[in-house]
Amino acid sequence: MTTHVLSDTGTLTGRSLRHILRSPDTIITTAVTPVALMLLFVYVLGGAIDIGSGGSYINYMLPGILLITIASGIAYTAYRLFLDMQGGIFERFQSMPIPRPSVLWAHVLTSLVANLASLVIVTGVALAMGFRTGASVVDWLAVAGILVLFTLALTWVAVIAGLSAKTVDGASAFSYPLIFLPFISSAFVPTDSMPGPVAWFAENQPVTSIVNTLRALFAEQPVGNDIWIALAWCAGLLVAAYAGATAIYRRKVS
Amino acid sequence: MTTGTREPAISVRGVTKSYRDLHVLRGVDFEVAAASIFALLGSNGAGKTTLVRILSTLLKADGGTATVHGFDVSSAPREVRESISLTGQFAAVDEVLTGRENLVLVAKLRHLKNPGAVADDMLARFSLTDAGARRAGTYSGGMRRRLDIAMSLVGNPPVVFLDEPTTGLDPQARIEVWRTVRQLAEDGTTILLTTQYLDEAEHLADRIAILHEGTIIQNGTLTELKQLLPRARVEYVEKQPTLEDVFLALVGHSGGESR
Repeated sequence: MTTHVLSDTGTLTGRSLRHILRSPDTIITTAVTPVALMLLFVYVLGGAIDIGSGGSYINYMLPGILLITIASGIAYTAYRLFLDMQGGIFERFQSMPIPRPSVLWAHVLTSLVANLASLVIVTGVALAMGFRTGASVVDWLAVAGILVLFTLALTWVAVIAGLSAKTVDGASAFSYPLIFLPFISSAFVPTDSMPGPVAWFAENQPVTSIVNTLRALFAEQPVGNDIWIALAWCAGLLVAAYAGATAIYRRKVS
Repeated sequence: MTTGTREPAISVRGVTKSYRDLHVLRGVDFEVAAASIFALLGSNGAGKTTLVRILSTLLKADGGTATVHGFDVSSAPREVRESISLTGQFAAVDEVLTGRENLVLVAKLRHLKNPGAVADDMLARFSLTDAGARRAGTYSGGMRRRLDIAMSLVGNPPVVFLDEPTTGLDPQARIEVWRTVRQLAEDGTTILLTTQYLDEAEHLADRIAILHEGTIIQNGTLTELKQLLPRARVEYVEKQPTLEDVFLALVGHSGGESR
């Protein structure tokens, strides 16, 4: 069984990547909302936001925008998984001698590739709008590593949604709160400008530590404790979502 | 590999399945001889699909045993999956991929050498060569069903399950499917098909079992089943052509819908 895990996962990943190549609009759509938010915040609202310590506003907000990109990108993973299960092709795979985990991992790897493509587009637009960083190659690798970990964690959440949804709308609706989460964090405004309970929530939810880490890496500042909190959140979410998704999957495929 | 040709290809003993209070299968027993066509007849909700899903390892039975090609479906599901293919009620094709890509995908997942050649071969066999480069989403119902069955036959599995293979097909496409099924059985494949069309079972099957309220209430050849009723009376009835006869005579039998 194990002998074919890699080759079958590769074959199935090739299949869903081909879906994306045939409808590249999913990548464009994923990038449009964050880019629009970026334009709105930088050219409309940003002038009125006091981020404290100098620096340009686009440098301040890009980390949050990147997380929003991922949160909206993973909705397509739930959507594609849901369509597979509806269409009967899922049952075909299940009745073939394909290692069971391969079917899910193919969707997860596809999600990773698609989200990285969207992140590259959004970062490109940010550079055009004046985003600047002196980050070293190592800093960039650290940024990429955290984004990959965050994507994997949220993708497994999307797998849960895709496996348990009853309707197409339900399959992607779960991502709306995730897209909203960065707004109640340090992503767009400093948390100390918020009223007490909101500030408490913002300071203790995962997005803030991730945003602070990415911001520090881009600004060549020390990352402090934030990176460990960020990694703990991502790893914890990844493990929990993975366990939940595989449990639901096992019950589905008996 | 351990199967002798004398053993039945499918053997079902006392299989039960319930969903809470709903007893879908209440102890199903039957055997299917190798290289024969076995039709499972029943109305909607009789449990046909549940039974096929159990035999194709998609669902676990609550009780009883079932072996397919000599392998137990619950203790050796992987070996069963190596030996079978399932064509469900809804065409399980990837609509974004082309017909050829669908076949290549299955050939790769069955780890066949030269998946491209296998795919081209199947396209030719199911008169889909011209449509091979088009997305399956653009196919007509009949073409999609042919592609679906072609995908199931990649790698020549010895046992084939067809769950209502002609539901929703037009008469010509139905006859094409029938022709394929007969050809398969002649080549030595064992076929279990479910249907709610009595004439389908009558046309195709070597043996027919009637599944009703979760059990097999009759199982025999067409001749045996006919003997269950009172002896035939001789009456003079004018033989009118059926609407199907008329339709096929008007549009031609050849099934030129492949283009």
